[in-house]
Amino acid sequence: MRSDSQTSPAASPWLKLAAWGGLLFLHFPIVVIAIYAFNTEESAFSFPPKGFTTEWFSVAFQRQDVLEAIGLSLQIACFATLIALVLGTLAAAAMYRHSFFGKESITLMLILPIALPGIITGLALLNGFKAIGLEPGMLTIIIGHATFCVVIVYNNVVARFRRTSASLIEASMDLGADGWQTFRYILLPNLGSAMLAGGMLAFALSFDELIVTTFTAGHEKPLPIWLLNQLTRPRDVPVTNVVALMVMLATMIPVSLAYLLTRDGDSVAGSGK
Amino acid sequence: MSSVMSIHPSGPAAVSEPPRNLLQRFSDRLYLQPRLLLLLLLTPPLLWFGSVYIASLLALLWQGLYTFDDFTMLVSDTLTLSNYVQLFDAANFDIIVRTLLMALSVSVFSALIAFPVAYYMARYASGKTKAFFYLAVMLPMWTSYIVKAYAWTLLLAQEGVTHWFIELLHLTPVLNWLLSLPGIGGNTLSTSNLGRFLVFTYIWLPFMILPIQASLERLPPSLLQASSDLGATPAKTFRHVILPLSVPGIAAGSIFTFSLTLGDYIVPQLVGPPGLFLGSMVYVQQGSIGNMPMAAAFTLVPIVLIAVYLSIVKRMGAFDAL
Repeated sequence: MRSDSQTSPAASPWLKLAAWGGLLFLHFPIVVIAIYAFNTEESAFSFPPKGFTTEWFSVAFQRQDVLEAIGLSLQIACFATLIALVLGTLAAAAMYRHSFFGKESITLMLILPIALPGIITGLALLNGFKAIGLEPGMLTIIIGHATFCVVIVYNNVVARFRRTSASLIEASMDLGADGWQTFRYILLPNLGSAMLAGGMLAFALSFDELIVTTFTAGHEKPLPIWLLNQLTRPRDVPVTNVVALMVMLATMIPVSLAYLLTRDGDSVAGSGK
Repeated sequence: MSSVMSIHPSGPAAVSEPPRNLLQRFSDRLYLQPRLLLLLLLTPPLLWFGSVYIASLLALLWQGLYTFDDFTMLVSDTLTLSNYVQLFDAANFDIIVRTLLMALSVSVFSALIAFPVAYYMARYASGKTKAFFYLAVMLPMWTSYIVKAYAWTLLLAQEGVTHWFIELLHLTPVLNWLLSLPGIGGNTLSTSNLGRFLVFTYIWLPFMILPIQASLERLPPSLLQASSDLGATPAKTFRHVILPLSVPGIAAGSIFTFSLTLGDYIVPQLVGPPGLFLGSMVYVQQGSIGNMPMAAAFTLVPIVLIAVYLSIVKRMGAFDAL
């Protein structure tokens, strides 16, 4: 494509092998989960599988505890994503251009909940909720998830803000639009897909998060906790396999969409800055 | 108020009709007063993080100074340093060393696996292949953590996929030899340190690939041309140009592999020999024992280790590659 084809005419077979081997390593366990979801065997993990069936899917979807866990996780992810969208976008709008005292510390603060091990964030939140007498439950899970999802939205939106030329905003104001009109017709359409992408990643992160959730969940059982309980007390393996496959697909869709939404980010108006 | 009025005639709004409703007047004022806008934008996130997160974090570390009575199992707010001193007890120190060694070896090994993938992505793949590789690394990265851990319990189980392949390739003696080694071995693959190490490496691998790929992507092709023009063989170029310039990417990736392994307590619970990890210790102290002060004191260990690690990799340029 570029001139690097001159310096590196072709990859050596060993490099190709290592690269594709690495990809295979990343995907093999995922494929195994998919295979086992259709396995006829009920209580063991023997390989190769004994036979093919789709029976476990209907079994899983008749289980009340599975449905409740899925419903709870969806609700939590929706609320946490909404809060993260608002806070992350506000922070991005404040931070992308201005430099001010303490800006670095604010960036650090936004990253901290995801950079520190989940166990610290989880324990700190649990401790904090206890201190103010808030009983762990759905609300505390949402607060925890929203806190570490903010940075995901922030990263996506701040990148878009940086690509959106400030002269666009000035032009809009010069042409007589007021601040609200500029926000509504210039800024928001430009930010839209970045916010959507950030929101989807935040949704996927919240839907899957286990470690912080175990501390803030109390007696609630969102999907990751339901799965963990299945592992530590191995029973009805087939249902676990099916749910694991569904969870995986449920996160792959928003993540792929987020990728598609941000991939052609360079074609955003005003990127010529 | 008066300052707004005096700026107005020369401001952009003066060209059009004067602002009519409140919203318009308010938004104009915000545009003209960036500081007010900044304050309004930052207040909600700062309030949220300050009250929910930073306060909780500080309160947690403060709790580490409280006293836990072993007999009554009650926490009192008499301040003591004994929790933090106890971290250096032989048993506790073992936990710290065990976790630290695992985090370091996982970081090294995942860098070894990640590098060829990242190198191929950045320098040879283009167009559709590159997009394919990118998605193929992104998807496992975002796939549910617990599902990935679960997949490995299936893989490593006796009669599971790994054993099936090993028998197929007649490598059983090799596996038995590996399992007999002190330190990494164990009775079975799923109760050995080797198994735990594999699972950790697998789960955090994508976090290593992407920063390395990004750092290699930024290498200007002209630099490599210059190297070969000056007579370096491809191997020499790799050794003296490409590798040193990818160090920031490797260091950035290792921040994730290191810190994520350090705080994990689910994988050690599912795979590997008994013997607590830092994360498991915090969890046990807090959950089963109810010794919140000791749990809080233990959380200081990963914080300090990560801070030290960050200060080391910062010198390697990791922060510019994040």
